[in-house]
Amino acid sequence: MARAPTEAKERLITVYIMGKACEVPAEATIMGAIEYAGHQIIRGAGCREGYCGACATIYRLPGDYKIRAGLACMTLVEEGMTLAQIPYVPAEKAIYDIEKLKPNVSAIQQLYPSVFRCVACGTCTRSCPQGLQVMDYVQAAKRGDIAEVMDLSFDCVVCGMCMLRCPAEITQPLVGILAKRLYGRYLRKDSPELAARVKAVEEGAYDAEYAELMTMSRKDLSDRYYARDTE
Amino acid sequence: MYPEYMAESLRKVVQTRPARLELARKSGPVYPPMNAEERRAVLEGFHPDFESSARRTVRVGPNRDESLTTEVADLLESHSWLRSEQVNLDRPDFETDLLIIGGGGAGCNAALVAMKDHGMRSIIATKLRMGDANSMMSQGGMQAAVSRTDSPTRHYLDAIGGGHFENKPELVRALTEDGPGVVKWLEDLGVVWDKQQDGSLKTMHGGGTSRKRMLSCRDYTGAMIMRTLMDEVRNHPDMIDVKEFMPAVELIMDTKGHCAGAVLYSLDSEEFFTVKAKATLIATGGYGRLHIRGFDTTNHYGATGDGLVMAYRAGAKLMYMDSVQYHPTGVSFPEQIAGFLVTEAIRGAGGQPLNKDGELFVYPREPRDIEAAAIIRECAQNGGGIPTPSGRVGVWLDSPLIDMLHGDGYTDKHFPAMYRQFIRYGIDIAKLPMLIYPSLHYQNGGIEINERCETDLPGLYVAGEASGGLHGRNRLMGNSVLDYNVFGQRAGRYASEYAKAVKIGKLSLAHLDSFEKELAAAGVQTELVTPVLLPSYAPEDVRKRQLLRADNELPGSSVLHNRLHEGKSL
Repeated sequence: MARAPTEAKERLITVYIMGKACEVPAEATIMGAIEYAGHQIIRGAGCREGYCGACATIYRLPGDYKIRAGLACMTLVEEGMTLAQIPYVPAEKAIYDIEKLKPNVSAIQQLYPSVFRCVACGTCTRSCPQGLQVMDYVQAAKRGDIAEVMDLSFDCVVCGMCMLRCPAEITQPLVGILAKRLYGRYLRKDSPELAARVKAVEEGAYDAEYAELMTMSRKDLSDRYYARDTE
Repeated sequence: MYPEYMAESLRKVVQTRPARLELARKSGPVYPPMNAEERRAVLEGFHPDFESSARRTVRVGPNRDESLTTEVADLLESHSWLRSEQVNLDRPDFETDLLIIGGGGAGCNAALVAMKDHGMRSIIATKLRMGDANSMMSQGGMQAAVSRTDSPTRHYLDAIGGGHFENKPELVRALTEDGPGVVKWLEDLGVVWDKQQDGSLKTMHGGGTSRKRMLSCRDYTGAMIMRTLMDEVRNHPDMIDVKEFMPAVELIMDTKGHCAGAVLYSLDSEEFFTVKAKATLIATGGYGRLHIRGFDTTNHYGATGDGLVMAYRAGAKLMYMDSVQYHPTGVSFPEQIAGFLVTEAIRGAGGQPLNKDGELFVYPREPRDIEAAAIIRECAQNGGGIPTPSGRVGVWLDSPLIDMLHGDGYTDKHFPAMYRQFIRYGIDIAKLPMLIYPSLHYQNGGIEINERCETDLPGLYVAGEASGGLHGRNRLMGNSVLDYNVFGQRAGRYASEYAKAVKIGKLSLAHLDSFEKELAAAGVQTELVTPVLLPSYAPEDVRKRQLLRADNELPGSSVLHNRLHEGKSL
């Protein structure tokens, strides 16, 4: 077995955290770099594993006019990167009663009419750190294709970068959440076995078995456990 | 991309793969599962809980003289941020029916049930944003006995065996019996479960399950559930008041011994606020960010065990706080994502842990503590680990088997989050294995509750990871997502019933004074002030320079004081 090479002295590069030059490890994530520079992040860090969208960051690279967006916990620093965290994007969530909506274009029209301002420029898709086809789901929302919006927005972490950059000022992540809920509530195929199981529990079908298991000695319970078959 | 020196080991993985694929296609286990004796041996020999310095006796409080996880004992033997005479309790800043501390899955469930079924108002006070919680991060799924071949009582047997028969039976019954109803409840709220063509729920195996019982929403299960709950909470601003960046730092009692609210601390303005509540729910989650025994963690930024210490000072007893869950498969390489969770569903779908020679050394779906201890044994005793450039070690988790078993594209479709996490570093997990090692994952124990989420203290309820008893000393995969839903809802129900009847007396923080006296009497000397609230990841030299101002800190900023002190892992 080959040995791991001894750790080379950590290579540092310069990044600009809100304009201020900081020397940080070349292999760091943006979040690691901000903390290496001594900041105690309060807003701008959450799950730290790419699920919560707390750490959205915009940055530019030297000699490149493009504004890029990434999650600080997932994006690696580069030499000369200049960055700022955007921990919150103002957006008005529509208040609604899911029981009073219909899973079609009417819900979109009623709650998020700004969707219809979409000019199909694709800026949202280009700014998504998750690589989602955001513009495509906005188009699907315009058509009232709730299932398509659900599918395409499934992995959205609500970092807000799309809605920050959108020239039509659409609040895409909120539309995605609405569509997922509408799909789950109305367009799913019902599970017959789930309904049967819930009913059986309500009728006390397992009471006797529970009573037996809960009063067994540890030894008997252990014997039953190790003897059980596996699917 | 993996460093060049790992190539030889990777070649061996490829060489042994056809034979292992054959094994996986057969119906039996790919490696013999351990019996009770083998399980005991690997735990006692290699689980981090069994190292001699892993536990120590706690000298104060309701669990005095019990042996607890060392870092937990340190946490409990600490000072409050507050002295009782500093806080004016005559005119509370806020009043509500139900104060919910923690805006994760348990807290949101409780608020919704309290409102919808009981007409109760609540305040959710949360340290970071609502949803900044481990609840959001669950990838692989939620257990619930919904399939025809399964039953709630079989789920009970799996859970209690996984917990080494130490789980509180009434809690396991509540968990497993409420499970199917919770699936339906969430679905009606709009959660999109993975389904078969005919509408039945897709089920997978997890470690320690004897039936396929893991329900999922791709590998964003926690995020799907959490975002649905949060969205619904936000639909009721008149009934549920969400206070973000406002962690609780102490519970408030009344002179009759009821829990009657909490003192909150604004991370924005550094002000303290008092909340008077008829009932209080601790739903603060676990303690992964304490980095117990120096382990990397899968946990979110705010998982610092705040609820434990607040409840303990107020007199609530803890259970099984000598037991820590290390997830068998945390990332070992690349270093930037070290400690990140690799969902157990990878093994559920056929992924196999392998040593440096590409050989199986453990059944891939043992309960978590057993699987983790077996991986540590393979590295520490058998020399089967692969060292990483930063000095970590790991074993392979052979993920390319998954597409071979289920068809091309399966990994991309079912594990998009996992795929994304690794492809950033040039590792396509459908073609290359992952390098993994156990990572600090879950607080098995917590504040002891009964099936109504009640504690020793009237008016104090606990739900989710902060609670203790349900999982014994080892939780199975998918039972925590179910836990925060089942017990979050139960807490909402029973706390509401209690709140309707209770008459709160005069508010008091006298328990803080008694606890200080107890610390002094026990001869505890510590500079630690808790709750910890947030960990620090500043490098050592930065911390030393920060320390220069620590001694001049006002009490309100003493949260910083902890983080600045040299040599404290906290």
